[in-house]
Formats: sequence, structure tokens, C-alpha cells
Amino acid sequence: MSKTNAAAGKALTSSSSHFELFGLQPSFLLDHKALERAYREIQSRVHPDRFAHAGDAERRASLQWTTRVNEAYSTLKNPVQRASHILSLHGVDVAFETNTAMPADFLMQQMELRETLAEATEAKNAAALDGLQRRIDGDKAELEGRLGERIDKEKDYKGAADLVRELQFLHKLEAEIDAAYEEIE
Amino acid sequence: MALLQISEPGMSPAPHERRLAVGIDLGTTNSLVATVRSGIATVLPDAQGRPLLPSIVRYHANGKVDVGYSAQARQADDPKNTIVSVKRFMGRGVKDVDHAQNAPYDFVDAPGMLQLRTVAGVKSPVEVSAEILKVLNERAQLALGGPLSGAVITVPAYFDDAQRQATKDAGRLAGLNVLRLLNEPTAAAIAYGLDNASEGIFAVYDLGGGTFDLSILRLSKGVFEVVATAGDSMLGGDDFDQRLFCWIGEAAKLAPLAPRDMRQLLVKAREAKEYLSVHQEASVTAKLTSGELVDVSLDSETFCRITQTLVQKTLGPVRRALRDAGLSVNEIDGVVMVGGATRMPQIQRAVAEFFKRDPLNNLDPDKVVALGAAMQANVLAGNKPQGEDWLLLDVIPLSLGVETMGGLVEKIIPRNTTIPAGRGQEFTTFKDGQTGMSFHVVQGERELVSDCRSLARFELKGIPPMAAGAARVRVTYQVDADGLLSVTAKESTTGAEASVTVKPSYGLADADIERMLRDSFSHAKEDVHARALAEAMVDGQRLLEATRSALAADAALLSPEDRKAIDAAIAALETAMAGADHRRIKQALDALNRATGPFAERRMDEGVRRALAGKKIGNL
Repeated sequence: MSKTNAAAGKALTSSSSHFELFGLQPSFLLDHKALERAYREIQSRVHPDRFAHAGDAERRASLQWTTRVNEAYSTLKNPVQRASHILSLHGVDVAFETNTAMPADFLMQQMELRETLAEATEAKNAAALDGLQRRIDGDKAELEGRLGERIDKEKDYKGAADLVRELQFLHKLEAEIDAAYEEIE
Repeated sequence: MALLQISEPGMSPAPHERRLAVGIDLGTTNSLVATVRSGIATVLPDAQGRPLLPSIVRYHANGKVDVGYSAQARQADDPKNTIVSVKRFMGRGVKDVDHAQNAPYDFVDAPGMLQLRTVAGVKSPVEVSAEILKVLNERAQLALGGPLSGAVITVPAYFDDAQRQATKDAGRLAGLNVLRLLNEPTAAAIAYGLDNASEGIFAVYDLGGGTFDLSILRLSKGVFEVVATAGDSMLGGDDFDQRLFCWIGEAAKLAPLAPRDMRQLLVKAREAKEYLSVHQEASVTAKLTSGELVDVSLDSETFCRITQTLVQKTLGPVRRALRDAGLSVNEIDGVVMVGGATRMPQIQRAVAEFFKRDPLNNLDPDKVVALGAAMQANVLAGNKPQGEDWLLLDVIPLSLGVETMGGLVEKIIPRNTTIPAGRGQEFTTFKDGQTGMSFHVVQGERELVSDCRSLARFELKGIPPMAAGAARVRVTYQVDADGLLSVTAKESTTGAEASVTVKPSYGLADADIERMLRDSFSHAKEDVHARALAEAMVDGQRLLEATRSALAADAALLSPEDRKAIDAAIAALETAMAGADHRRIKQALDALNRATGPFAERRMDEGVRRALAGKKIGNL
């Protein structure tokens, strides 16, 4: 058994876009308050807690809807997934697994960050991990700003794919920082 | 014939009769049942006015079963047949149980879940738990004056799929309609949040008899949203007793103990622990079977010292939950303490120090979970009008994955995903002409399959022979609102569809549950058929009521043909219910469920449409 693609994260019954589901215009720089409002409004009508006493058919429909709404919400909340979703709406595949070409300076920077992480873990230095986390937070914010420009203003979806992959790199590094905290505790 | 009542247009019909619903805290040490009466959640006491039911079950050779205080009183006399802290064994094998050597039981290692050999036969932890639930069910029926419409049973947030499924099975075995499994810290947050009209981000620190949970919730205008949860399902007040028990053994230089002495000293250790919560020093005296006298004393400082590692152990999950939530300690608006074990001063101090604020203790830590569960049961039963109820968004505590090449885990649904959740992943064949594929479903955070909990193994057969890598098998994980998983695998490249759906069962198949039900009835001299008929009638009544209220609200969404089909199915169910054949009722029930399928979907779509329309108006 081997994996063919990373389709994980795709909604089960979704035919329309995640944005449409919440009555929002597709954009990377999102009105998070409006998203949350729409999410809660829909959940309050379809959630299984509303149908705990209903028949099988309604409970099943409620489960499907809630699953779909949760999936759409978590996709739009996550910047990497939100960007990938917008790109896919425009026929652009971010190709996380197949396209690993990255600008040389970005890769150098990543190697340096990873070395810092390894050293901090080795020395069980929580303060160094804190510092690294702050640095990643800054890098992420800067990258998300550029993504917003490229997607929402320039509408350069192909060009945005490179930035999405860079952002994905930072997210992976963040997960490794989390694992490092757990290791040194 | 009674005249039909028609309500004023725009007015809702007369409120239906309130449904009797309860919340049950099935605890490691004590269990409780609570309900909402006249808008207020209250714990229902036993005939002697005692709110708690010790979670202790004693089996007699004649099949009689004692539950609660009477079993507790005799636990040292009959340790092998008196099961305490059975919650620790739910969904667990013998090798998963800490201190198994210190437990005075006769374990039977069965596939999926251990069993206990008693004088009344071999018992599964599910059966033992069902005995506790039966007593609470009877207590509630007596207090409320009728059969229950449904119950919410609480589970530790950190319970995995096996432990949750076992708990739901126990509820079913006790004859309860389980409306929902609710996470204990979430239940506490409901009780606390509604009581104090709180808004903001709260941490719930729940240290019970055998489990530890830490949940972080965002409370805002009618929404309880769990942001992250972490814990340890093998850490609780019991472990503090165990430390104290070992300390007593060393201090008194005792030889290895007989089961009876073991149990006696464990009880003494627990008493000393509770005493030390309010006193500086406690003494432990006991007379062993050999006649030897144990007489030692310890001060609270010593108790703190020998339990310090346990206290520290709770802080690991606290840090992990904060990290998963992306929050720092300063962003927490309050810390709610839940569970009897949080009465220990060293716990209170450690939590206050970590969060840099005094924890909140204004609700009884023993009762708050049952009270919150009762409030949720009241909502789920439909006793609260829309607008006065609330929305609860919970998460799964542990990642769900599948085994891939080399014994590695591919995560399909990561921990702290909001439930209900569904995710899919595609797999393909490894060899030319391969027609079957086997899957191994696991739960846990580690990368190696051997470090995770195995939930199920299943096989997809009938894949048409193709070149290696050409088949497309989609594996879908679906987690429902109880946090329970079902898995579907489907091959659809060629259109000749092969598909299989599994629910992890942990050695308890539906047939086992039926056998246990039969066994329990043969003791109670109750007729199985009468019971099945009564249950079918309740189910039928419930579905008729639900269908009628759906028709009353949204009949406009139906075509005349659909309406005719539904009306016919309703009539068929009514006819079946006039008879006494539970199988016929079941068939008519299924038929009505099928007939209302498209209607239910249309109603749900309509609900979403209205939600969005309402939002836009609200934005103007």
C-alpha cells in the first residue's frame, strides 16, 4: 500500500467552493470575523446537537453538513490551505509533493533555522526555542502579506504557488518546534 | 374523536411534553446522575439522600449484584469479586493497566479488552460499568416518575475511540438511550459558563479518580468552543493513593501483601490523602490478616514530596494544550478546577503558580460535570427553545491515522480537529493484479504504528486486477459528534465499486451485547421480547414525532409524490405499532427513515440558506 497524493483535507461532499458555502468572496486576506459569524450561524442550524432527537435521515444529513462546514472552516482558517484552495479554484496546483524547487536563498535560510532548532533542542534551551518561534511568526506574517498582494491584488496565481510552498515550509518547521518543546520537557 | 387544534399563524404549537433527560457522570471513583428541573440543574440523590454513587460493583455467586456503598463496605472482605475503578479498564488490555500486579483481580486477557473473572462468571468492564449505569437509571426513573427519553454520559476528553465505544456500549447495555457522549471538561465548562455568564478563554483542569484532562475553551455568546484538549487517561487521584500505599508499605516495612490487606491499605491510603487536604498530619493504622499491626503517620510535607512527580506530570499536557491552541498563559481568562483530586492543596498551588492566577473553585468539583451533562441533555432532548440553547463545538483528543509501508503512521485526522469531522486519503495497489488491500486503523501521536493504539484492521476485496499503482482506493474517516470513528474504503477507478465500512469494535460485537442483554434479563426475570417491543415503540414514537414536526415546519419543500410516500410510510409505521411484533415495527421504522431521507437533506440545505440570508440582513 502506498500513497498516491495528498488529497487529505478535501471535503467529502463539497461541490461549491468553501468561500461560497459561507457567502464570502474568495480572497486571501479574509474578514475572519465575518467567516466566524457565518460558520456559527450555519452550525447553529445543522449541528447534530439540534437533531439528537430526530430520525436517522435527519441525523445523517446533519452529520454530513456539519462535517462539510467544519472542513471548509478549518481550510479557510489555515493560511496555507486557504491559499491552496484559492489557487485550485483558478486551476493552479500548489504541488507540495512534486514541486520541491525553491529559491536558493530561501533554502539557505531554512537550513540555518533548522540548525538553530537542532542546537536549541540539543541544549534543552527553551528560551532559544521561544526566540525561534518569534522569528518564524515574523517570517510568516511577512510572507502572508506578500501572498495577499499576489493573490488578491495582482491575481498572479501561478506566481503565488511558490510563496504558498514557502509558507508550508515554515508551518512544518513550526510543527518541529512544537515537537522539540515536548522533547525537552 | 378529539378536535384538531390549530395554532395562530406564526405562533408555535403548544409546547410538547417535556422529555425526561439526564446527565450521567460515570466516574472512576464516584458516579452521579443529574437532571434539569424547573430550569435548574440538580443532582438526584439516592433514597438516603446521598448524591454520589461509589463506582464499585460486587458480584455474588447467586448472580446478585451490589453497587455503591454496600459494595464499598465489603470491598476488603471480597476483593476479587468487588470491582473498583473499573473505568480504568474500559477499552484496555491487561498490558495497558498500570499496577496490574497491585490490583487484587483475576484478569482474563481477551482480544481488544481485558475481562475479570468473578464468582458470578467472567465480566467485561462494559458489563461492570452497565451495572453502575442501571442503578443510576433506576434512581432517575424513580425521581422523575417515568422512563427516560435519553441520557448524556460523560467521558474524559482524552479517552480514545476504544474507551468511548466501551462507554457507549455500557449505556446501551444499561437500557439507556445515549443521546451523546460528552467530554467531562466540556460539561464542566457548560455548568460553569452558564452559572457565571462567563466570556473569554478558560482552561479546565480536571483531575478525577483515574484520568486527567486539560481543555481550553473559548466561551462567547451561546457558543462553547473547545480550542484544544490534552491529558493522560492513566493519571488520577488513584495514583496518589498508590504512592501513599507504597510509602506505607516501606515505612512499616511490610512483606508482600494478601489481596485483602492490599485493599484495606489502599482504602486507608485514600482516607489519609483526603484527611491531608485539610489537616497537617494523618496517621494510618490497620490490622493485617496475619495479626500484624500497621501504625505510621505522615505530614502533608511528606505527602507533597512523594507525589511531586505526579503533580508535575499534569503540567505536560497543560503546556501541550496551550501550544496546540497557540496561546500563552497570559491569554487565559480563568482556570476552572474539576474533579475530587483537585482538592489536594499541592494541586491548587501548582496550578495557581503555573497560570499565575488563583483557580476557580466555586462549583463543587464532584458535581460540576454531572450538572453540565444534565444541562446538555436538556438541550439535546429538545426541551429548550431555539435561541435559549447553545452551540457546543468539541474536538478529537488524539490523531487518527492509518498504517503505511514500514509500520509508519499516516495521520488522516489530526488531534484537536473540530468534530464531526471527515477526511479522505487515496491509496493505490503495490503489485500488478492485486485484488485486495488491508488497512490498519490506529490512534495516537507517535510515528510508529507499534507506539499507537490499534483500533481496527480490515480488508477491501474485489478490486479489479490492474497494473500496480493504477487502482484508486479512497479511505474515508468519519468521526461523529460522540467522537466515534467509522472508516470506509472504496475503489472506484473502473466503476465496478468495491467498498467496505467498519466501526472498531474492541472484541464486543453486536452479538456480544445482545448476549449480555439476554444474560442480564434472565437474572431480572424480564422478558426479552417485551423489552425489544417497548424499545421499538419508543423509537417509533420518537420518529413519528420528529417527522410530524418536520412536516409542520417545512412541508412546502416537498413534492406531492414525496409527501405521499412519507404519509404512506407514517401510516405503515402506525399500523405496525398497533401490533406487537417488534421486527415489523423495526422494518416500518427503517422504511420511514428511508422515505424521509431526501426531505431531511432538503431541510438541511434550506437551513443553511436561511442562515446565510439571516447573516446578510444582519450585516446591513
